[in-house]
Amino acid sequence: MHRKVPVQTTINGEPVEFLCEPRQSLLECLRDVIGLTGTKEGCNDGNCGACTVLMDGRIVNSCLVLGVEAQGAQITTVEGIARGNQLHPVQQAFLQNAALQCGFCTPGFIVAAKALLDQEPAPSEERIRLWLANNLCRCTGYDKIVRAVEQAAQELREVKA
Amino acid sequence: MSMATTVTKAETLVGRRLRRKEDPRLITGTATYVDDIQMPGMHYAAILRSPHAAARIRSLNVQPALDHPGVAAVFTGADVAGVGPVPCGASLPGLRVPAHSVLARDRVYFVGHPVAVVVATDRYVAADALDLIEVEYQPLPAVANPEKALEPGAPAVHPEWPDNLAFTYHQEGGEPDRAFAEADVVVRQRIISQRLIPTAMETRGVVADYRGAEKSLTIYSSTQIPHLMRSLVAQMLGLAENRLRVITPEVGGGFGSKLNVYAEEALMGFVAMKIGKPVKWIESRRENFQCTIHGRGHVDYYEIAARKDGAVLGLRLKLIQDLGAYHQLLTPAIPTLSVLMMPGLYKFRNVSADILGVFTNCVPTDAYRGAGRPEATHGVERMMDLLAAELRMDPAELRLLNFIGADEFPYATATGLSYDSGNYAEPLKKALDLVDYHRLREQQQQAKASGRLVGIGISTYGEICAFGPSPATPAGGWESATVKIEPSGAVTVMTGASPHGQGEETTFAQIAADELGVPIEDVIVVHGDTAIVQYGIGTFGSRGTAVGGPAVYYALQDLKAKILKFGELLLESSDVTFSGGVCTCNRTGKTVTLAQIAAASYRAMKLPPNTEPGLVATHFWEPPNFAFPFGAHIVVSEVDPETGQVEIKRYVAVDDCGKIINPLLVDGQVHGGVVQGLGQALFEQAVYDQDGQLVTGELMDYAVPKATMVPWIESDHTTTPSPVNPLGVKGVGEAGTIGCSPAVVNSVVDALGHLGVRHLDMPLTPEKLWKLIQAGGQA
Ligand code: FES
Ligand code: FES
Repeated sequence: MHRKVPVQTTINGEPVEFLCEPRQSLLECLRDVIGLTGTKEGCNDGNCGACTVLMDGRIVNSCLVLGVEAQGAQITTVEGIARGNQLHPVQQAFLQNAALQCGFCTPGFIVAAKALLDQEPAPSEERIRLWLANNLCRCTGYDKIVRAVEQAAQELREVKA
Repeated sequence: MSMATTVTKAETLVGRRLRRKEDPRLITGTATYVDDIQMPGMHYAAILRSPHAAARIRSLNVQPALDHPGVAAVFTGADVAGVGPVPCGASLPGLRVPAHSVLARDRVYFVGHPVAVVVATDRYVAADALDLIEVEYQPLPAVANPEKALEPGAPAVHPEWPDNLAFTYHQEGGEPDRAFAEADVVVRQRIISQRLIPTAMETRGVVADYRGAEKSLTIYSSTQIPHLMRSLVAQMLGLAENRLRVITPEVGGGFGSKLNVYAEEALMGFVAMKIGKPVKWIESRRENFQCTIHGRGHVDYYEIAARKDGAVLGLRLKLIQDLGAYHQLLTPAIPTLSVLMMPGLYKFRNVSADILGVFTNCVPTDAYRGAGRPEATHGVERMMDLLAAELRMDPAELRLLNFIGADEFPYATATGLSYDSGNYAEPLKKALDLVDYHRLREQQQQAKASGRLVGIGISTYGEICAFGPSPATPAGGWESATVKIEPSGAVTVMTGASPHGQGEETTFAQIAADELGVPIEDVIVVHGDTAIVQYGIGTFGSRGTAVGGPAVYYALQDLKAKILKFGELLLESSDVTFSGGVCTCNRTGKTVTLAQIAAASYRAMKLPPNTEPGLVATHFWEPPNFAFPFGAHIVVSEVDPETGQVEIKRYVAVDDCGKIINPLLVDGQVHGGVVQGLGQALFEQAVYDQDGQLVTGELMDYAVPKATMVPWIESDHTTTPSPVNPLGVKGVGEAGTIGCSPAVVNSVVDALGHLGVRHLDMPLTPEKLWKLIQAGGQA
C-alpha cells in the first residue's frame, strides 16, 4: 500500500482536506474519498468527458488529473452548480428540454456547458458543438443538449440585460 | 360527506410534452448508479482476462497474488466448478450450445475471456495483484471472420465442432423458386452489417452483498432485466429465488447490452458468499469493449426478383451471422428476427432465408438496439434502391408501388407475422413533402452538374416491437403492474418493466394521473427491485411503454372499479360516477374525494359487499400480438471529393409509433436512435485482426458520434394507433436506428452513382470514399 498524502483544496466553495495516494486520480478522490459521486467515470482515459469538473475555472477530465494536483485549487463539480435549491439556467434548460435520458453523461455536460457560458455569452451552434465534443452521449443524439445550451445562453443574457 | 368542489382537468396529460420526473436527480448529480454504492467492509474485484483469442491454459499460479497485502481471495475456474453455466435463453432446432462456465477452465476462446478473479480491500490493490498471477498460455490458431470460419480447414473455435456451425435455419414462404424463375429482373448483392460495440456510457457493474445469518444475497446490477436476472442467477448459484434480491439502481444506458446475464453477476454473488463481505466489480471501458456483447455482425447475400414494371415478386437471403465464441442470453435468436422482418413494408409473397450461425473467436454478439431489424431493413432497403437503379425508376415511386395497402391490415406476411396496422405511404409522402422532393432532385442535378457530390437517400422501415406474445418469446412476453393508492390518496405505480432512461417514471405517471384524475405530482413510479416489485420481464425491444403501459392501464381499471364500489358505499347511492379524482352521486350531486375513499378503504369501518379493504390492484398483461411501427427517413448528403468526408445536409424522420404519450420523450428516442444508426452508417466498426485481437479496444479507436459529427434531426410523425393494446401505442425505442443506416448509405450511393457505384458497405469512412473517388468509382 502506498503512503497517503494530505491535500487541501476548495470544492464547490467549501474548504476540503483529504488524504490520498499519490497515484489516485482526482476523479477517484472526489468519488471514493470525498463521497461526491455526481461526477462519473465513463472511460478513465480521457475520452468520454463524464468526469468533467472545473478546476480553477478551466474544464478538466478529472480522470486525467491527480488528486494531489488539487492542492490549493478551486474545484467545482456538478453538485456545486445549483445554488441551494435554485437550479442553474443550464440545469433548468436541460430539465425543460429533457436533454438527457439515462443521465450518466449529464453531469459532465452540465459542468462543461456552464464553463462555456461563463466565458462566452453568445456561442454559435457550431461553437457549442465543438465545445461539447469532449463529452460523449450515447442516448440523446445531442440534439436537445445543444438546444438546451442555446436556450440557457439566451436566458443568461436576458438576466444580465 | 363533504361537498368539495373540485377542478375537473380540461385536458389529459397523455399526449403532452411534460418534463421528466426522473430528471431533477440526474441533473444535480444526486442519482445513484451502481458504482455510487458504498458499503462498510466493501471489497473490490478485478478480473484477469485472456490476452489470446484462442489458447490452452497450461498452468495457472495465483499464489503470488494471494500473498499480496490487502488481497482477500483469488478464484479460478476450478474454484467455481459448482456455479452453473452462463445461460442461453434462445432455443433453435439442433442448436449447438458450448459449455460456458463463468471462469475459463483449461482453454480460452476470445480476447477478454475471464480467467481468474482477485478480491481485495481496494481497487488499486486488486489491479496490482492481478499482475502477479502467473498464467502460461499455449496460443492456438484463431478465426475472427465468420466467412473465413466457414472455409474448410479453418481453425475450429470449439474443437468438438470443426465446421464452426452453431446452427443452420431455413424459413420460406410462398413459392420463391417459381417467383425467381418467372421474374423479369433479378438483382443480387452482398451486404455487410458490421459488428458494432453498444457502448452504453455507463459500463456494467455489480455489487453483491451476502448476509450469512439470513442466507440472503442481494445483487445490485446495471441491468435491463432484474427479475429474469434473479431467476437465472439464483439457478446458477443454486439459491432459492426468494433468497436472492436483485436491485437495479439508475442504469446508465443499455441498448440491449444489459439485456443479458453475464458471468460477472453470478461470479460476484459467489465471491460475496465466499468471503462474507460485500464486493464491488465495475467494468473498465476496455473490458466493456472486449467482454460485453457486440451487435450486428452479418454478411448477407440478397437476391430480389421483380417484374419490369417494378412490382416485387420475391426475396432471398443467405445470412451469415457472426455469433462469437459463445451464446449469451439471446445470441442465436437475433438473426431469426432479421428473417421475420426481411419483407419490410412490401408485398413480398415469396421469400426464402437461410441462416448460418457461425462461431468465431470473438466476444458474442447479441441484442444491440434494433437487434436483427436494422440488418433486415438495411438489406431490403438497399435492395429496393438497387432494383430502382436497375429499372431506372425513382426510389420513392418504387416503394409507393410495392407497399402493403392501408386497407390490407391485419396483414399476414410471407414470414408468418401479422402486421397490426399501418398506412405506409403516409409517412413517406409526408417526408417527401417536407424535403420538397421534386425540387430537391432538380437542385441535386444542378449541384452534380457543377461537380458536387450530392445524394438523396430514402429508407422506409417497418419494425417488430412490443415483445411480445409469450409463445413467441424465450421467457414470457407479458408485463406486470401494481397500482397502490395509499391511505392518504398518494398513488404508487410499480412496473415490472425496468426502465433505464426511457422515461417511464413520467409516462406511466401520466397514464395513472389521467385515469385517476389526480395531479401527476401525486404519482410515483417504482421499478427495478425484485423485493418490492412483482415479477416482470424488463425493458427491451421497444416494449416498456407498449407492454408495460397497458399493464398499468388495466391495473388502473381494476382499481377504478373498486373505487366506485367504495364511492357507492360512502355516498349511499348506486348511481355514482368516478371522474376527475372524485366520486359523484348523480342524483344528489354529493361528492367524495379519492383521498377520502382511500382513507375509508383502509380504515374499513364498513366495506362494500364482497370487497377487501385497501386500494391495491395488480395486473399481468399478455399482449395478443406484436406491434409494428413504421416510418420513412430521408437524408440529403454531400461527399467532399477532396477528403471523402460525408456531410449530412438534412435528416428528416417521419415515424409512426402509434399513439404518443409524451412527444418530448419520443423526440429524444428518435434523435438518439438516429444517431446510433448514423454511427453504424458512417463511423463505427468493431475491428478484430486476423489473430482475434480487438483493434478497436477503447474510445480512442472506436468512433462513437460526437456533437460535432451529427446533424439536427427534423422529426415528424403520423399516427396510426395499434389495435393490439388499449393505449394504441406501438413503441419507438429502436425506430430511429432501424430507419437510419439505409437512408444514409442510399444517399451516398446516390451521390456517387454517376461514377458507377452501386453499393457501399458501412461504415462510410472518409478513407473508403476518398479511395473510391480517386479510383473513379472502381472499388
Ligand atoms: S472518465 Fe474521464 S474522460 Fe472518461
Ligand atoms: S443521457 Fe445517456 S449517455 Fe447521455
